[in-house]
Amino acid sequence: MTNHWIDIGNSDCILIMGSNAAECHPISFKWVLKAKEENGAKLLSVDPRFTRTSAQADFYTALRSGTDIAFLGGMINYIIENKLYNEEYLAYYTNAGFILGRKFGFKDGLFSGYNGKTHTYDKSQWAFEKDKEGNPKKDHRLRNSRCVFQQLKKHFSRYTLDKVSAITGTPEKDLIEVYKTYAATGKKGQAGTIMYAMGWTQHTVGVQNIRTMAIIQLLLGNMGVAGGGVNALRGESNVQGSTDHCLLWHIWPGYLKTPRSSNVSLEAYNKKFTPKTNDPLSANWWGNYPKYSVSFLKSMFGENGTPFNDFGFDWMPKADDGKPYSWLNLFDAMFRGEFTGFFAWGQNPACSGANAGKNRQAFAKLDWMVNVNLFDNETGSFWKGPDMDPKKIKTEVFFLPAAASVEKEGSITNSGRWSQWRYKAAEPLGDAKPDGDMMVELFVKIRELYQKEGGAFPEPIMNLKWDYDTDGKFDSHKVAKEINGYFLADVTVKGKNFKAGTLVPSFAFLQADGTTSSGNWLYCQSYTEKGNMAARRSTVDKSGIGLYSEWSWCWPVNRRIIYNRASVDRYGNPWDPKHPVIRWTGKKWVGDVPDGGWAPMLLADGKTNPKTKYPFIMKPEGHAHVFGPGRADGPFPEHYEPLECPIEKNLMSKQFINPTVKEFGTAADARATCDPRYPIVASTYRVTEHWQTGVMTRWQPWLLESQPQSFCEMSLELAKLKGIKNGDKVIVESARGKIEAVAIVTRRFKPFKIAGSTIHQVGMPWCYGWVTPKGGGDSSNLLTPSVGDPNTLIPETKAFMVNVKKA
Amino acid sequence: MADKTFFIDTTKCTACRGCQVACKQWNKLPATKTYNWGSYQNPADLSFSTFKLVRFREVVSSGKLHWYFFQDQCRHCVEPPCKDTIEGYVDGAVIQDEATGAVIYTGQTSKLSPAQFDEVRQSCPYNIPRQDPASRIVSKCTMCVDRVSNGLLPACVKVCPTGSMNFGDRAAMLSMAHQRASELKRMGFDKAQLLDADATRAVYLVVDDPMVYHKFSVAQNDVGINRKLALRKLLRPAKGLIAGVAKL
Repeated sequence: MTNHWIDIGNSDCILIMGSNAAECHPISFKWVLKAKEENGAKLLSVDPRFTRTSAQADFYTALRSGTDIAFLGGMINYIIENKLYNEEYLAYYTNAGFILGRKFGFKDGLFSGYNGKTHTYDKSQWAFEKDKEGNPKKDHRLRNSRCVFQQLKKHFSRYTLDKVSAITGTPEKDLIEVYKTYAATGKKGQAGTIMYAMGWTQHTVGVQNIRTMAIIQLLLGNMGVAGGGVNALRGESNVQGSTDHCLLWHIWPGYLKTPRSSNVSLEAYNKKFTPKTNDPLSANWWGNYPKYSVSFLKSMFGENGTPFNDFGFDWMPKADDGKPYSWLNLFDAMFRGEFTGFFAWGQNPACSGANAGKNRQAFAKLDWMVNVNLFDNETGSFWKGPDMDPKKIKTEVFFLPAAASVEKEGSITNSGRWSQWRYKAAEPLGDAKPDGDMMVELFVKIRELYQKEGGAFPEPIMNLKWDYDTDGKFDSHKVAKEINGYFLADVTVKGKNFKAGTLVPSFAFLQADGTTSSGNWLYCQSYTEKGNMAARRSTVDKSGIGLYSEWSWCWPVNRRIIYNRASVDRYGNPWDPKHPVIRWTGKKWVGDVPDGGWAPMLLADGKTNPKTKYPFIMKPEGHAHVFGPGRADGPFPEHYEPLECPIEKNLMSKQFINPTVKEFGTAADARATCDPRYPIVASTYRVTEHWQTGVMTRWQPWLLESQPQSFCEMSLELAKLKGIKNGDKVIVESARGKIEAVAIVTRRFKPFKIAGSTIHQVGMPWCYGWVTPKGGGDSSNLLTPSVGDPNTLIPETKAFMVNVKKA
Repeated sequence: MADKTFFIDTTKCTACRGCQVACKQWNKLPATKTYNWGSYQNPADLSFSTFKLVRFREVVSSGKLHWYFFQDQCRHCVEPPCKDTIEGYVDGAVIQDEATGAVIYTGQTSKLSPAQFDEVRQSCPYNIPRQDPASRIVSKCTMCVDRVSNGLLPACVKVCPTGSMNFGDRAAMLSMAHQRASELKRMGFDKAQLLDADATRAVYLVVDDPMVYHKFSVAQNDVGINRKLALRKLLRPAKGLIAGVAKL
């Protein structure tokens, strides 16, 4: 989230699309309903299915799964056509006025620079035209025909109401209702927010779904303001924390890049990933990259990392150039027998992973698997699961019982970026251990073996700094302090003296010379000489807009609403005086921690303040990206059909699917688009009553009582067509697998009119599995495809094709 | 401690069913074996071990689809007809707590025969009491009187994330309820109404015809005090009679 949970209560219009917050994030509705009750906020629910979220909405409408860009593209068109945007915001805070180079173009669904052989773009063709200082040329009047705004207008003028309606199946009058209601937040002083989750991300156009909304938020001036923002509702209580601390393969902690094999030295690596600007008004915060990367290496290797060995840079794993190592890639490699051992730590890929049947087959190729979890699950017990012959499976499975979250101490970072310290409430049961204890034991043993037996490339293991235990047990305070970082020498930074061994007060003091450490620069300030900031519990709200700045701690530097220098006009006056995030007093900013303390852009006489910086400090040019040239699949979003879809052509262009998608192509990756055998659109989702794959909740009798069995929701019309009655057992089948479920025949699904034909859609939860309860059904991920977004490789589990029949 | 009342604002319910589960947890009630019967509503009905149940109804009203949620439970009637019925057969089987007004069944209810229990159930205008076929004990919501008498909120109220479940002194709850109802009317919900606010200690707010939420959302005329019960009441001591007449 750019904002945070409580801030939803400040909104004037809440769009819930690509998420089902009432069911999957139930507590969020405390704030959604507060906004409705206290601000008279409008709640819009857009979802293929009428959900418990829709039940609370002022207005609900449906769209076919996988057509969000068309839906939102129509909104961009509506906003521009009706001039409902915040022009000052757009012209001065975003790149809408930047002039594009002559090589940029868009034709027949493809942007310029496309290579049909490699399915990639040459992004240099999307560059801005530069002035003689090397900065992008700008037209703040937004009139130049090659400026981003005019190109945006041209691009989205194609998203007319009739075309959008034909693609999405949403009636035109419903489109207008949503567009009109949401676009009203473009008025100064009004704020609109988006609450989205996997309904947007899990598509082959997942990143561009969110880009489309980001463009809308920039047009309407909704970024940085209270009650606005782009708000990803994270699927687990600590997903934000695990992402910040680099759970994913492509990053180091704090969103530093994983080095590639071509980054042959620390210098080359830092050079590659440190952006530059020639514009003195751009803060270009990532210009500090080497301070963060070196401080991270110092955390990894301590005294063993010196300037003479690049602080241990060569000991860090490098990814091969051009090769992804995402979840889908790893399971594909496992399926192909490319590695032999696997730790399934706190996860259940036999049910949670897209195309789960492929994962289950892949486990059989392993020599060993260690399943670390609270309970037995479909992953650890795969060898005795459906369609498995235990006699033929060589994989040796070890089960390590883990302590639950309430049985250990540490921090959890919520969707709003708040790192909140939690305490142990109970001892773990039986032999269960905290994950940290397991890691300490494991590492000590691994290092012992390397010491005794040597082995290939022992340096990373032998040189690792490892002082996180107290009496042989994992010590979460030691780890939290290392994440924050220490001064490693007596130094003077910014005129202040610091002693070696003291904690760094904030990332502004980190150094690139090896005199500081920080396990994650973004969390530098979370645990300082003043104490553990995440453990703070003040319920005082000095802001009046619910920032609660001394409750826990929030990255970066306790800034509760990021991009907040865009919440004011160029003189520093809040767009919304009733909900000011920050305000310029004439001498300083008051309110939230500003995105840099620089003065507003204009002096009182209307002249540019030479001491100012542009508000979007994380972008090299200091301006938010309406035009996003960094994406794999285009600088503007464009509608493409899902890889499995019910219609034979893309009504927007000749380009049927996302041209940069790559498929795996094993026998387990079958795909069937516009195939009469699978004529029904399907989507998967969660339910309130179960948690993720249900590993924790399917053993809980009260929760099971309330949602006992897998189900398939379908319209009255489809049920009639298929001779299915409410409560009947049905078989749902895709090109990859089939499951049995109970039919819920409901008015909450309606057939769509897509390009003149009737298209049906069904939906199923993915929280069930064969281990328990008996007769509860299995995961709907047995049906979903393992094909990913070209930017993130998140799988397209929210739009695929199935057939349904009576069991 | 003043007279207590629940205010249940169904317009703020998201059917997360935290209340349903928290009730089971606090009252140590076992889960019942359920099947998906083509609905999210599960268990399908109240039972001896289910005191609180979120009912789900899909309703098309004024051309618009609604999904109404109704958190069904004992209303803790100001003049509970079930109490009169039970006391006609067994003494000490029902207590109406003086401090809170909670209507509480005791183990003595096991002395009711199945036929007598049927009469008890029929006398409840909201179809709440349920008998355990084995022990014959009759059960229902206790208002978490063990929590409330120790200064805690009922479990279902404590857990509610949206403010749909409210609990407190009767006067305060009624005033909150009336205020919210008029607010909703102002917002254009013409059918916003409180259900049996004067007669119950669990006051529901709905915005559509009460019957579309649940058959027993408001007191049903065909239950309550039937002829047989009325006749039997005449034979009881004056105190019970007066209470009965007052209710009639």
